[in-house]
Amino acid sequence: MARLCQCMATARQVIPKTRATPKGLPDVTIGSPMAGQESNAAIEFVNVTYRTGEGRVLLANLNLRVQRGETLILLGRSGSGKTTTLKLINGLLVCQEGKIVVEGKPLAEWDLIRLRRHIGYAIQDVGLFPHFTIERNVGLVPQLEKWPPAKIRARTEELLELVGLPPSQFRNRYPNQLSGGQRQRVGLGRALACDPPILLMDEPFGALDPLTRADIQKEFKNLQRRLNKTVVFVTHDVREAMFLASRIAVLDSGRLLGVYSPAEFLQSREPVVSDYVNVLRSEMELFADLEK
Amino acid sequence: MSLKDFFIAHWGEITRAALEHISMVGIAMLLAIGVGIPLGILVTRRRTLRAPVLGISNLIQTIPSLALFGFLLPLPWLAARSDRLAITALALYSLLPIIRNTYTGIMGVDPAIREVGRGMGMTDGQLLFHVELPLALSTIMAGIRVATVIAIGVATIAAAVGAGGLGEFVFRGVAMVDNQFILAGAIPAALLALAADFGFGLLEKKLARKP
Repeated sequence: MARLCQCMATARQVIPKTRATPKGLPDVTIGSPMAGQESNAAIEFVNVTYRTGEGRVLLANLNLRVQRGETLILLGRSGSGKTTTLKLINGLLVCQEGKIVVEGKPLAEWDLIRLRRHIGYAIQDVGLFPHFTIERNVGLVPQLEKWPPAKIRARTEELLELVGLPPSQFRNRYPNQLSGGQRQRVGLGRALACDPPILLMDEPFGALDPLTRADIQKEFKNLQRRLNKTVVFVTHDVREAMFLASRIAVLDSGRLLGVYSPAEFLQSREPVVSDYVNVLRSEMELFADLEK
Repeated sequence: MSLKDFFIAHWGEITRAALEHISMVGIAMLLAIGVGIPLGILVTRRRTLRAPVLGISNLIQTIPSLALFGFLLPLPWLAARSDRLAITALALYSLLPIIRNTYTGIMGVDPAIREVGRGMGMTDGQLLFHVELPLALSTIMAGIRVATVIAIGVATIAAAVGAGGLGEFVFRGVAMVDNQFILAGAIPAALLALAADFGFGLLEKKLARKP
């Protein structure tokens, strides 16, 4: 296991950080549904049902395929099952029925610890360890993977630069000395530390003020273009969904209503989707009215 | 004889008794910590054990200290040496604050931190040692501090079963109706308790301070 990580680590040093296209796969263009490209599925849900301990169904018969390199947004109201779906991917929750396949291997065959270190995870509350410096926080997974200290240091410097926090200033600070937006950036850097091919993000920008959120969304979109990771992103903000998504998966009461490209989303007749679109439209109308 | 002269005259005995006292409490605390902290950790992992473990340690605390010493007397291995008896009783008494504070300290860690830790691939052991215990440390220290102060007080009763310690002076003084003897036991014991409280308090502050 340690050997594999060493090999992965050396490989990372050789492969440049910015890749225009994922190795060997066709160009991923934002906005086109990729039908029939089964081999490109990074994550697959097959008839997955999840019930709570008390028997309440949070997710019913989910069939979903996440293409490699895309940013799939899970959009829905609170309680629609989006966070449940996310947590099923890295095994924080276990489904009672159905099968989940990650990178071609069923979840049951994965060593959960290995799987989780292979996936970056960022949540709304960030969850930075208050007793670790920023550097130690970002370097968490590399340290768990027993990278040599010099390598961890170099990587954390790289990541802090990447997320817009100058390392010399931020490396030795503690989380309570940072603003909310800065903490989110650190959380993002931490999720990217071992260069995982998959990122799971649970409303990561939800607790930020609109200005900071807009900044960070733009930066995230640029980052995504450069890094080309498979991202599963949970949000209830339809504007965020439209801005960041390759495709939007709409969930309602534990059921998947459909997966749409942003363009298809705007044109859909599906009731829940048109509700969202109406929200967007009425905002635009409001601004138009105010400008008169 | 003034109290001061009394102290000076019996200085040797008082010091010996104080050292016995400290040694009893010290060994008892080590036992209580060695058993209490793992039990506290266990209870955070197996929620079903919470009621029995906390319930039993609670029960032990409600037993009047002298009675607890008395309950343990019939046990042959313990009764063989009176200090063994006293140390066992003191350790049992100190369990509750330690178990409870270990449990509360660990449960008090922000659930988001635990979730992210697990989600990033930390094993349970790594989560415990790198995250939960460091964050719970000052609460656990508080439990140890309280337990130590109580133990110093309860240890004066150890003299009743012949285990020595500062209680000897107290009991002798009561029997002889001599206040100076009583004070010769009570004052050093109180000073020890204050010193322990202060010392552990400093340690707690040092551990709680995040730069």
